[in-house]
Amino acid sequence: MGIISRGFHGRSRDGDVKLPPGQYLTHDFPVLSAGPTPRVPLERWEFTVTTEAGQVHRWSWQDILALPSVTPTVDLHCVTKWSKLGTNWQGVSLDVLLADVETAADYALVHSYGGYTTNLPLEDLLDGQAWIAYRYDGEDLMPEHGGPARLLVPHLYLWKSAKWVRGIQLLLEDEPGFWETAGYHNYGDPWREQRYQGD
Amino acid sequence: MARAEIPGRLSGRRLGWQAARLTEVREETPTARTLVFQMPDWPGHLPGQHVDVRLTAEDGYSTQRSYSLAAPADGDRIELTVQDVPGGEVSPYLTEVLEVGDEVEIRGPVGGWFVWRPTGTAPVLLVAGGSGLVPLMAMIRARRTAGSRTPFRLLYSVREPAQRLYAEELRRPMPGLDVTYLYTRTAPDGWSRPPGRLGVADLNTYGWPAQFEPDCFVCGPTGFVETAADILVALGHDPRRIKTERFGPTGG
Repeated sequence: MGIISRGFHGRSRDGDVKLPPGQYLTHDFPVLSAGPTPRVPLERWEFTVTTEAGQVHRWSWQDILALPSVTPTVDLHCVTKWSKLGTNWQGVSLDVLLADVETAADYALVHSYGGYTTNLPLEDLLDGQAWIAYRYDGEDLMPEHGGPARLLVPHLYLWKSAKWVRGIQLLLEDEPGFWETAGYHNYGDPWREQRYQGD
Repeated sequence: MARAEIPGRLSGRRLGWQAARLTEVREETPTARTLVFQMPDWPGHLPGQHVDVRLTAEDGYSTQRSYSLAAPADGDRIELTVQDVPGGEVSPYLTEVLEVGDEVEIRGPVGGWFVWRPTGTAPVLLVAGGSGLVPLMAMIRARRTAGSRTPFRLLYSVREPAQRLYAEELRRPMPGLDVTYLYTRTAPDGWSRPPGRLGVADLNTYGWPAQFEPDCFVCGPTGFVETAADILVALGHDPRRIKTERFGPTGG
């Protein structure tokens, strides 16, 4: 336990809700990004998966909408300390998108419109853990929250859920992304409070 | 002064929690104060970086928030400016309860993106909304400390004159720094710009032309940051030169 802060009582303990260490509950949907919000016209939008052999799999906006979608309800944990519980999304599972992709890769580097990148092990994108999400709370995903589509991988801190997702590059060797090269943790498990390098 | 090794990245060094003792308090506005902490061991930092503050109650409950560093380090002393967020869990404690001699836990510095390096030579545009001025003020102070001649322009959007942070310090002339106040609700008597939110004309008139390729730093509440960054892109600034940081209402 840390140093006791004299006279600090804190808020009510949020009832029975169990949050990852150091997180607090919010009912807003705060925005975090490092630069201007990119605007991507749907007719030019595409999503790609590129294998380590250089093979490119490509989906247009219409292609993505035509794939079977699911509606996961998930908790979000942002490294800036807020958590938001029970958020409702619609999107395509990465299991669907990666089903026909031939790869021996262990790692993924996710690319966004606007230049953002983030990395994670490929296995964290599989088995019903990750989606390309295009609707939030029954509405089209707003640009400031990553629309038209974002990666959603809620078991890791939210910076891994790349907004404005453009493609996934499959790699044999891990390659750190934007925040991962700026001092943030390479993996980012909120339950182990992996915020920064060395945590 | 910061020590030799200033981390722009944090590579290698573990960011452990340190017991930080409050050594000085400065009232900035009726709702904001600057807290000066003595750290046991501070590695130095870049302007724009922040720290995490952790408070722990007697029953073991603890919570954390991030706060921007307001100035270059002075040895092992660091400064935060905290705006009281009504109903917030942490900021009212820091602005109303914490006293000189008390300890909180701090770790940092954090963040290697929203930073200005005093070796930078591109013109700098700072666009602040409310308490979003804090990390930008750290850049202004670092510029002065380093004796940099890099031209700076600050556009500071604030509700009314009484809410201005660091007003005294910004009133003193600093060669190469232009300061423009944009009042959103109440302007001083005789002020030529009517009160209102940041608009295209403000950034066009008081910012840098895009062809000067300035480094732009925008910090404030989400709506303000979205607006400012969109306008800068529309005015022709390269999105890669626009760095943003947001202070949400949940930051309290």
